[in-house]
Amino acid sequence: MSTAAFTPLIELAGVNKHYGRLHVLQDIDLTVGRGEVVVVIGPSGSGKSTLCRAINRLEPVESGTITIDGVPLPEEGKGLARLRAEVGMVFQSFNLFAHKTVLQNVTLAQLKVRKRTKSEADRKARDLLERVGLASQADKYPAQLSGGQQQRVAIARALAMDPKALLFDEPTSALDPEMINEVLDVMRGLAREGMTMVVVTHEMGFARASANRVVFMADGRILEDRKPEEFFSAPNTERARDFLSKILKH
Amino acid sequence: MKVLTDNLSTYWHGFLGTLELTVISGVLALLLGVLMAGFRVSPVRPLRAFGTGWVTVLRNTPLTLLFFVVVLGLPRFEIVLPFFTFAVLALGCYTSAFVCEALRSGINTVPAGQGEAARSLGMSFGQTLGVVVMPQAYRSVVAPIGSVMIALAKNSAIAGSFSVTELLGTYRTLNELGYSIIWTFVWIAVGYLVITLAISALFNLLERRVAASR
Repeated sequence: MSTAAFTPLIELAGVNKHYGRLHVLQDIDLTVGRGEVVVVIGPSGSGKSTLCRAINRLEPVESGTITIDGVPLPEEGKGLARLRAEVGMVFQSFNLFAHKTVLQNVTLAQLKVRKRTKSEADRKARDLLERVGLASQADKYPAQLSGGQQQRVAIARALAMDPKALLFDEPTSALDPEMINEVLDVMRGLAREGMTMVVVTHEMGFARASANRVVFMADGRILEDRKPEEFFSAPNTERARDFLSKILKH
Repeated sequence: MKVLTDNLSTYWHGFLGTLELTVISGVLALLLGVLMAGFRVSPVRPLRAFGTGWVTVLRNTPLTLLFFVVVLGLPRFEIVLPFFTFAVLALGCYTSAFVCEALRSGINTVPAGQGEAARSLGMSFGQTLGVVVMPQAYRSVVAPIGSVMIALAKNSAIAGSFSVTELLGTYRTLNELGYSIIWTFVWIAVGYLVITLAISALFNLLERRVAASR
């Protein structure tokens, strides 16, 4: 946060949310600067996925403000749809449109939301599929691809909207170990190119190597928000030390 | 056989009447059913309430009662239409409630993540429903909607009691002419079978087509 060029792109202030009696987000303050890669880690049930989904209002929050590029998140409707188009999202379970081919998955929102022409959308989709290494799979259906391939298509689909930021909600958690790297490779590439990213993940290697900041969450609160090297070598809180000792053992 | 050959034109007009009632009411029921299903899953509370009310009232009212409401009720509001139109309204609205519920159960079979992905890309509610969710719900609603349409064909018989020419009503004429009641009804049943089996065949075809398209 000390860099002079820091301009906030995503800002959360005093955000609260309950699931029934569970206080899943408690007074969350978080600022993500343009071009920053923020990795959110923490034990299951800590609220990290909810935090990620709150940023584009897939989960509405009860109080607090969420601002994207200076604009507060609008209510459900046209304004929110416009804003969501600016913030791409990649899901744990890929969520590719099952009835559309790979190419159509990447062109659909370009045609419907960005109102691009078919040839323009196709060209962009093929470029992006090339970039994630799947140009040869364009005419297949999602069910015919491996999990790693599906997730890379999902990233291409999000990128096709030219988003200002990308949200990743545990993008590798549903993948076989051998496929995790092909997805992380794409993400590392995006991080290097300066894409603003919020990544909820258990991949500590990715956090160490690619994150500008690591946010540690537990029980609905942000307990630490620091540079990865500082966090991993000397966590401030007992909770984080405990968490790291458990996951870094193997 | 004689009852059929002697009265071919009576049967034919009745058959056409039932066919017309079924096709036109069916189209109306599909259109209204899609609209109401959209209402019932929409994020707008008043629309949801309207859809729920529509289904609750129409699905739980006896069709004959609904015919009375339309035929006797609408003229009180100075809405006077041919009996055929009244019958189409009653049948179409009634059936739309069942179409709506079949569609809604189909929508619920589509994983929530599909809609979330569409919304996260900036698609509107209408686009999400129309381009992503409904096409995937479609394959699981073809069979139940086929059943609803067959029920509609048979329900159209009620229109005969409200001065609309249709197949079942032909028995009155034929009965007066002194034909065997059993054979009269056998040929009426055959007429219904032609229509309902045709609907079955159509929906079987649709089912095979959507199954092949993936």
